[in-house]
Amino acid sequence: MNKITRFNLELKDIPGQLVEVLEPFSKYGANIESVVHHREKKTPRGKVPVEIKVRVEEDRLKKITKSLKEKEVEIVEIDEKTEITSFNIILIGHVLHTGIKDTINRIDQTGYAEVVDLSLSMPEIKEKSSAMLRLELEAPEKKNKVLDILNEISEEKDLEVIKEISV
Amino acid sequence: MNEMKILIRGFGTVGQEVARVLDKKRNVFKDKFGLKFDLVGVEDSKGSALSEDGLNIERLLSTKKKTGSIKEKGDKLGINEINYDLLIECTPTNIKDGEPGLSNILNALKDGNDVITSNKGPLALKWNKLAKTAEKNNAKLKFEATVGGAIPIINLAENSLASNKISSIIGILNGTCNYILTRMAAESLPYEHVLNEAQDLGIAESDPTYDVEGIDTALKMVIIANSILGAEASYQDVDIKGIKEITTESLELAEEKNKTIKLLGKADKEKIEVEPRMVPKDHPLSVGGTLNIATLETDLAGEITVTGKGAGASETASSVISDLIEIWKERN
Ligand SMILES: NC(=O)c1ccc[n+]([C@@H]2O[C@H](COP(=O)([O-])OP(=O)(O)OC[C@H]3O[C@@H](n4cnc5c(N)ncnc54)[C@H](OP(=O)(O)O)[C@@H]3O)[C@@H](O)[C@H]2O)c1
Repeated sequence: MNKITRFNLELKDIPGQLVEVLEPFSKYGANIESVVHHREKKTPRGKVPVEIKVRVEEDRLKKITKSLKEKEVEIVEIDEKTEITSFNIILIGHVLHTGIKDTINRIDQTGYAEVVDLSLSMPEIKEKSSAMLRLELEAPEKKNKVLDILNEISEEKDLEVIKEISV
Repeated sequence: MNEMKILIRGFGTVGQEVARVLDKKRNVFKDKFGLKFDLVGVEDSKGSALSEDGLNIERLLSTKKKTGSIKEKGDKLGINEINYDLLIECTPTNIKDGEPGLSNILNALKDGNDVITSNKGPLALKWNKLAKTAEKNNAKLKFEATVGGAIPIINLAENSLASNKISSIIGILNGTCNYILTRMAAESLPYEHVLNEAQDLGIAESDPTYDVEGIDTALKMVIIANSILGAEASYQDVDIKGIKEITTESLELAEEKNKTIKLLGKADKEKIEVEPRMVPKDHPLSVGGTLNIATLETDLAGEITVTGKGAGASETASSVISDLIEIWKERN
């Protein structure tokens, strides 16, 4: 599941609140990715903002929301984001001459991205070739870093990079 | 306003078609909207034809066809002396200084006259100045035809989606590029081959630079970003990549994954970019041929997508004249 749901909540500043709020999440089997307790950002009414990121099925999401409302937790915002964990990229140019191995290595060496598939198409020697690479990301938030590296490589090797629309 | 006095500057494909349709539908427009108008002046690169009482459009069109110009000898009036209410600006797009369109539009607005333009240059280079001049002089400036040919994008955002905040726009805004990429993908033909074919068919111009290098798309995105998203961008701010480097092989590789490559323009408040992107073949934006398409991301209505012909004489005239009818309604 690559949908991340983010809950922005506001809790009363009394002991035991956080545990109370997390209860429905575990009850309905949500996978909690992170909990950030913004003690330092108390609202004018003395409430404490909390951001909870989870992975959870759509139908369970409703149950969690209902339960939070019953507990009179203030729900400021709920939003969903599809995170990208893998994507394709096309490279056009002298992909082979400029060292395809080196290109792949530089991505793999990051430690958070890996080239898991490669298709190459060459019309004739000397003509430009085209390559389709499939990249897997260990951490979705590293996507832009990977794209930066790809841009760097393409500039250095005079390659055209074609990204997917969603990336 | 009893009667709208219209001046057309630039009498080529678009200017002539606008005049033709206005003439042909004169009675329909009168019955439906109460619109009454006279074409009081027309200008091409060689000169002008002017008449305060209204020109005979049929004769004007046949003169232009026969002689290549509408210039009339012995014109007593100069184009700057004629009285008019609405300028329709259809001179060629110029991305260096926007002229002659920029001065034409500014002069009209300064005199409090309304303006409709199909010319992208002035808007993409001097949006702020034009919008401010229009506002200051209580003149209207409409430009639907500059961005998507026949497709209502600006009016969709300003009127039908008025209750929404629009956060981004993405789309295909150049029919020539879309045609070339669609044909290359379908027939496995190289870029040069398909470009020549497009030139023979009149889909690409003999100098295709504006289209294939993404400049045309960038100009349109700037106009969209400024007018719809409230950006303050200029053409120079856009990251532009065109389609010249796209190979048949890259399209084949995309095809294997049920994708294709499209030249997309993307704008949000921070950034405008134009570049080829891989698009799933079942994605709404994956339209073929010379079609254009745009998706507006809104806060209330979700995603709204519009598609249609992005260029062509009657398609462009459709947008110009719809703007004209809108101005007529607003002024009466
Ligand atoms: N065609 C389309 O499908 C389309 C779609 C959307 C937007 N547009 C835009 O609309 C505008 C007009 O396009 P078009 O296709 O009609 O172009 P066009 O056929 O080349 O016509 C341009 C007209 O402007 C005249 N002109 C050139 N320089 C002039 C000057 N200094 N003063 C006065 N008139 C001058 C030309 O005169 P001559 O007749 O003497 O050469 C011609 O009549 C362009 O800005 C274009 O980008 C076109």
